[in-house]
Amino acid sequence: MALIDLKKKEIYCKIVYYGPGRSGKTTNLLYIYNSLPEKFRGKLLTIETKGERTLFFDLLPLSLGKIKDLDIRLQLYTVPGQSLYKYARKIVLKGVDGIVFVADSLRIRREKNKESLEDLKEHLLEWNIDIHEIPLVFQYNKRDLGEIGIPILTIEELQEDLNRELKAPYFEAVAPKGIGVFETLKTISKMSIRYIVQKYLKYSD
Amino acid sequence: MGIRVLTPEKVSRLEKLLRNYLLSIGVNLALLIDEAGNILVSSGKNADVDVTSLAALAAANFGATNQIARILGEDDFSILYHKGKKDNIHLSKINDDIILVTVFTDEVPLGLVRLKANQLAKQIQEL
Repeated sequence: MALIDLKKKEIYCKIVYYGPGRSGKTTNLLYIYNSLPEKFRGKLLTIETKGERTLFFDLLPLSLGKIKDLDIRLQLYTVPGQSLYKYARKIVLKGVDGIVFVADSLRIRREKNKESLEDLKEHLLEWNIDIHEIPLVFQYNKRDLGEIGIPILTIEELQEDLNRELKAPYFEAVAPKGIGVFETLKTISKMSIRYIVQKYLKYSD
Repeated sequence: MGIRVLTPEKVSRLEKLLRNYLLSIGVNLALLIDEAGNILVSSGKNADVDVTSLAALAAANFGATNQIARILGEDDFSILYHKGKKDNIHLSKINDDIILVTVFTDEVPLGLVRLKANQLAKQIQEL
């Protein structure tokens, strides 16, 4: 649930990076954290990880610009991707305002992407959110792996598997190098803030 | 998906309640947060506490404990209490979506915190 604090003149927006295990959700946050000057970012919170896995969530608070006279505060969260952490994902999705689905381009991860999207739809429904209504952006990550001979899915295949019906914006990405990372963030932030403001205008009518 | 709008009047009233009920008995820090991890209002000494992370973790902690409750056949656990060497934290559910986070030292009796938290919850529910 978005929050607008008219005393501090701030608007809070929760964006969750979703997707299968090891698709690069935390890498997106790390790249954003390392690229932004301190005045735009808060402390990066990561809950102890085992190996390269996120166990509960990562959180990166950002303050990016203004809308009308309200400061925009984004809270970027990741979820643990492995199927074992189903309940943890559900908890992190509580009150979400926008979703980035980070899909793995590796061909062997094709089914994992689809399973994760189904899992997302299911959890959103548990919180009474329709995936067609909430701001959503796809990020097809690891596009560079094809160049070194590892079999990857084509964009057409990824679109067909995940985005055929949803028709959400999508970006190709190589998260460790930052390719597509800020494009994804910019688009989901704009969509989410627009969505919140529309709701607010309705509320204040 | 909803939206919560806090007017300056509402924030001032909530801050006043936190001061009157909790800071007055010696609590160091009191926060009202939602289950998404947003801070609605905070009151007290928070100079060295990262309240953004505290709120996110407290909300997640509450959410995780609720899931444990459901596995055990309970609806939820409405109170959580963690005891440290010097600081303690008490989390209590105010209503469907709002959690009260209270941080206090051993000098403040837990029973008093619980009593005041209960009274405060009633006041907030009436708002």
